[in-house]
Amino acid sequence: MNNHQFRHRQTAHCESGVISNLLGHYGLQISEPMAFGIGAGLFFGHLPFVKVNGVPGTTYRIWPGAIFQRVCKRLGVKMELAKFSTPEKGMAALDKVIDTGTPVGLLSSVYYLPYFPPSYRFHFNAHNLVVYGKREGQYLVSDPVMDTVTEIDPVSLAQARFAKGFPAPKGKMYYPVHVPDKASFEKPIKEGIEQTCHYMLKIPFPMFGVKGIRFLAKRVKDYPEKAGERKAGLYLGNVIRMQEEIGTGGAGFRFVYAAFLQEAATLLNKQELSLLAGELTKVGDLWRNFAFSAGRVCKSRSADNVSYRELSEMLLQCAAAEETFFRKLAQVRF
Amino acid sequence: MKKDEVPQDGDNLHEGTFKQIMYAVDNSGSYVQVQSAGWEPENIALSQAWDEVNEKVAAAKVLVQSGEISPVAYYMEKCLMDLALLANYVGKFQWQVKRHMKPAVFRRLSDTMLQRYADAFKISKEDLLHIK
Repeated sequence: MNNHQFRHRQTAHCESGVISNLLGHYGLQISEPMAFGIGAGLFFGHLPFVKVNGVPGTTYRIWPGAIFQRVCKRLGVKMELAKFSTPEKGMAALDKVIDTGTPVGLLSSVYYLPYFPPSYRFHFNAHNLVVYGKREGQYLVSDPVMDTVTEIDPVSLAQARFAKGFPAPKGKMYYPVHVPDKASFEKPIKEGIEQTCHYMLKIPFPMFGVKGIRFLAKRVKDYPEKAGERKAGLYLGNVIRMQEEIGTGGAGFRFVYAAFLQEAATLLNKQELSLLAGELTKVGDLWRNFAFSAGRVCKSRSADNVSYRELSEMLLQCAAAEETFFRKLAQVRF
Repeated sequence: MKKDEVPQDGDNLHEGTFKQIMYAVDNSGSYVQVQSAGWEPENIALSQAWDEVNEKVAAAKVLVQSGEISPVAYYMEKCLMDLALLANYVGKFQWQVKRHMKPAVFRRLSDTMLQRYADAFKISKEDLLHIK
């Protein structure tokens, strides 16, 4: 569709970052927070039954791929999407598309991406990146969480794209085939906000949304007794890791969403949203305080019940603040 | 979070290789992107996760050397895999992989099967047979 060089911009999160960079390439300028907001990326869930390496899972965002689908649908972008049965087919298809000068989004496993520092390479299979060309046998990569563009050898890329485990990326690749020249953000913003409020306030299960934060709070309080000292530390560590690490970021997501509300306020000329952005910033700071204290507890390895009870209290505060915030946000009339 | 509160706690795990983006509020109250070198809680949680991995690897190594388990179990820990993931990589059932962790069974594995394990762990067959 056009031939100019792909422009890499570093972002906080891989999925919203890839959307922002890919659509920007086709002239549809959308910031990362705007993509995150329209895609209703903010969420909370705590799933004690879904264990990764024996540790209960916590998420601060919507499941992988959801932001993408929603943004494309709401903005009228058409994506070509493909999965493959073998690495050979997948790599051949990728070569064919980038030969035409089209940047391609790829789903991959962080474990096999050599440009990440070794300490970050866990088996996380839902990382998004863009390959925008090939030079001397190396693929040119724009990974939105890295400061600069980088390169990757074909063997590593094939391994990353065809990693096993859950969810298996199966070489998933995607690229826009139709991007509207001009899209109105008004309706998509409204729909995104409504959806986020719904997910945070109205899911009838205790593990999700604001209820989910309270659910986690209750669990954290009992960690030292129920899981034992050692496991309590690991469980807590994972709550922080899911909150702060690469491509995730819990408090971080609150700030991204606040940035979205601020941008939306200007765009729709609605002062209300800007005030709410300020409020969400404060909620994000509460999450930061929680992570900070939780980190200290992990480090001291003291599994005394007092500290875990205090952390539980902090989570309850986060829950209360988020509930107030989302109730107000749900009241905004467009 | 204000712009000047964006954490800049570098650490050994990051090795200064890259910085992450965070969104923070500038003096006029507008959100801007700021680079962060890392943050203490994240660093603690990450190093704790690695301590756990390293402990498991060290424990597995001792068991391999004393002849109680096969190198398959050791490399599984070393590659951060669990039974399900490893079974998936070598195309076997979990119970079969578990069996291959018995030294007596491991010794009788065919060359093809050993090669599959070596490939899954991205090591040579030689390294698979003799752990360092």
